[in-house]
Amino acid sequence: MSLTDSDTRTLPTGIAPIRIVWVATLAALVLLWMLAQNVEWIADPESVVTIPLAGWISDAVKWLANDLTFGLFTFKDLTRALAWLLEIPLTVFITLLSSGAEIPLGGESSLTLPPIPWFSILLAVTWLCWVWGGRRLLLLAAASLVYLVVFGQWESAMVTLSSILVAVPVGVAGGMALGIWAYRSERVSRGLTPVLDLMQTVPIFAYLVPVLVLFGFGPVSAMIATVIYAMPPMVRVTMMALRGVSPELLEFGRMAGCTRRQMLWRILLPSARPSLMIGVNQVIMLSLNMVIIASMIGAGGLGYDVLASLRRLEIGDGLQAGLAITLLAILIDRMSQAYIAYRESPTATRRAQGVNNWAMIGGLVLVSYVVGFVFPSLSTYPEALTLDTSPFWDELVRLINVHLYTYLDAVKNTLLIYLLVPVKRFMLDVPWLAVTLLLGVVGWRLGGLRMALVVAAMAAFIALTGNWQKAMVSVYLCGISVIIASLIGIGWGLIAARSERAYKIAVTSVDTLQTLPSFVYLIPVVMLFQVGDFSAMIAIVLYALAPAVRYTAHGLRRIPSETLEAGRMSGCRPRQMLWRVRLPLALPEIALGVNQTIMMALSMLVITALVGTSDLGQEVYIALTRSSVGHGIVAGVCVAFIGMIADRLITAWVARRKKQFRIN
Amino acid sequence: MPNSDRLKCTRSPLAASLAVLALAMPAVAQDYPESDRPIRMTINDWTGQELTTRLMGGVLEEMGYTVEYVQADYLAQFTGLESGDLTVGMEIWETTGKDALEAAVETGNVVALGETGMEAIEEWWYPTYVKEECPGLPDWEALNECAEMFASPMTSPNGRYLGGPVTWGGFDEERVEALGLDFDVVHAGTDAALMAEVRSAIQREEPIIAWVYAPHWAPIQYDGEWVEFPEYTDACYEDPSWGPNPDMTHDCGKPRGWIKPAAWAGGRDVWPAAYTAIENFTIDNEQMGRLIGQVDVDGMPIQAAVDQWLQENEDTWQSWIPQN
Repeated sequence: MSLTDSDTRTLPTGIAPIRIVWVATLAALVLLWMLAQNVEWIADPESVVTIPLAGWISDAVKWLANDLTFGLFTFKDLTRALAWLLEIPLTVFITLLSSGAEIPLGGESSLTLPPIPWFSILLAVTWLCWVWGGRRLLLLAAASLVYLVVFGQWESAMVTLSSILVAVPVGVAGGMALGIWAYRSERVSRGLTPVLDLMQTVPIFAYLVPVLVLFGFGPVSAMIATVIYAMPPMVRVTMMALRGVSPELLEFGRMAGCTRRQMLWRILLPSARPSLMIGVNQVIMLSLNMVIIASMIGAGGLGYDVLASLRRLEIGDGLQAGLAITLLAILIDRMSQAYIAYRESPTATRRAQGVNNWAMIGGLVLVSYVVGFVFPSLSTYPEALTLDTSPFWDELVRLINVHLYTYLDAVKNTLLIYLLVPVKRFMLDVPWLAVTLLLGVVGWRLGGLRMALVVAAMAAFIALTGNWQKAMVSVYLCGISVIIASLIGIGWGLIAARSERAYKIAVTSVDTLQTLPSFVYLIPVVMLFQVGDFSAMIAIVLYALAPAVRYTAHGLRRIPSETLEAGRMSGCRPRQMLWRVRLPLALPEIALGVNQTIMMALSMLVITALVGTSDLGQEVYIALTRSSVGHGIVAGVCVAFIGMIADRLITAWVARRKKQFRIN
Repeated sequence: MPNSDRLKCTRSPLAASLAVLALAMPAVAQDYPESDRPIRMTINDWTGQELTTRLMGGVLEEMGYTVEYVQADYLAQFTGLESGDLTVGMEIWETTGKDALEAAVETGNVVALGETGMEAIEEWWYPTYVKEECPGLPDWEALNECAEMFASPMTSPNGRYLGGPVTWGGFDEERVEALGLDFDVVHAGTDAALMAEVRSAIQREEPIIAWVYAPHWAPIQYDGEWVEFPEYTDACYEDPSWGPNPDMTHDCGKPRGWIKPAAWAGGRDVWPAAYTAIENFTIDNEQMGRLIGQVDVDGMPIQAAVDQWLQENEDTWQSWIPQN
């Protein structure tokens, strides 16, 4: 099953023999490159035309915000009403969890109701965790919540939790509704896919300003931005899950005379529930990812703590608040998984038989609330007993900085001089027409004419909206980071696939890396590697590593044991097993992992702009700081297009490999 | 509890006199608060700004207004100020926010409310120990002799000057060219990244030259000096013949800049007295520097520092309140 042989055999060759195409392409590229020195429009897209798209978009948003009216009310009234509607549940949660309420009793007197004290929530959540997930989950919950209390993160965590408790249901419900709609209509589904791609890849900074204009400044806007970012996986998963419902089941429903609505609620959704939960999990994780950016527009909470302490360079404080976000994310995620397992399990095997769960929780909260109300001193955890490990972390970074800097610096300089700088120069030198042409040809070989046109059009869009240079810097930065992240990630994935224990360790580390706000490690990275591309690269690698590890391990673990056995029987040595059997079979999953790694790397571009890079991420950030809506959106769409080009090509390639290996 | 007693003593005559005034001419002296609507003040992510905001907020609360603090990004806040979702942002720096403020004022929905009295200083800055190896400093003409000391492999043989985020402007590339400095300008992406690198170099006692500004904790916490360039005048930025380089502009240091509060224009009709009080707000660099030092260096909680200042400077803040 050597690669080159099968390639020539299975390619959709059409008329032109494959080698001639590639030779011709190569010749064209060299020719273009040589011509580029003399013919301006080959090298410099701005000499062809620069479409003033940014201006048009700015005007359109202005029109939306100021002029669009539906007669009785304006568009802005509509969005503001929506914001008001969302604010109600948010206020309820914040009152309950964090601020408490003051009820006027007439005249001067009023009754101050404190928020639910920490021990009530601790009791209720640990009880719930025990019922759903047993001792392990109980320990996780208790440890996480005690961490929040003891490290003085409780109040901020409750503010963050309040907005998550609203954003997640909204994201899940909205995502499901869109998914169902797309399931029912092929046309909607086709129209929705590129929109979802954009929602996921356009950096949030790009549409922050229009969201602020339309929905007002504050926690609600932050929540809406969160929902836009976190909803797409839910839509995708819903579409996929509904399509996966077995035809027999649908047939049965029809025979039983289900109406359309009954079909949905009684047949489709229940049987798709396990898959839908994957979507819920993604919404939770992505919502918590947004906590930092949300805090820049008034959401407060843990995100603000992270930002403010890093601004003062208090690395330890930032880490403690960041870790609180991670713990919240992991806890909520594990709880939602346990809940589903609990729902699926037979009633007889459940814990706490005969106890009405919700009554129990209500009782626990009520009793402890009254205790807290009568003895108010109990409900605030004494400040003297809080722990603070931040001096340790600050000192650790200082020690590394003072003693290891010379070595780190040497590594950095070697990589910069021999890898990063040459690649950057090369990328900036390639004429835009050559890149567009190459992408077109690759697209054509992998997916036919349609794909070629789409891919080339996206590249041309980037060039003709005046973002070519910055886009190439982004491609260079992400490209190198993705290669490094993939190498590390696939290697780690290989180790993780060896044993259950190694797998668990890998999953937990990867979860932590993904939910720990990247700001937390950005500052130490800058301290050790200075401002520049190298620091940006490290930050991207750290963040984008996760999917490579996850998918590789997953792909390797699901290779059927018979296949491995067959390999061993035919006398493969371990080395051969790896290169000839395991890796090729896991290739589709690994490729998907790399695909996701690319997406993650691109989504880090805006964050690395905060270190100091001169790429599309910086362009988006500058646009945000100058409030030029159109500029930001165009640069954001360019980032998205880079991602989409990579995604389309990789997906097409994987589809072909799968066909070759006849894997379903 | 001598302290709280003293506090009571100083406050009660004032309260009494206010009460008397209120009785005597209720229509005039108690014009404020004109509205129960909360005044929404933005908290940005640096200590000095939060101190300024809470000082002003404390005074407004004394005047009887309801104040809400909203955490907001420095530049994203303008969108909220234009729509009236936010009422006032206390610190817009000429050096970093001038364009954004001008754009906002142009819409007619935002007004600048006087000046805070603080002065933004920003310039090339180096830690004092650098002087041992480069004794010619702080004079700018010594920079070229020591350029190599600041070099990194990427900039060598030129020195590496760490500038602020591109959005801050500052004309450092122009300055380097006009003064013929052997330096490359590297832009940090944010204030935090900039300061992280400064701290890192100081921990290792290695040479660094970077954009530092005041009021800020860095020049309070670390021993250092500003480079002395030819002093800024408007002519320097406009007239090539001015300054050491007869053919180029920007052959001088950076201008000192104002720091202004910016507010939603519509608010003047809702809380006129509050707007006047904000216009009257004034504090100097030295006092603000001391406050920032208390919080960032000594670890005092912000509110405690604010309360203490309000207690000790009652005459000052009383004078901000309009007396009709």
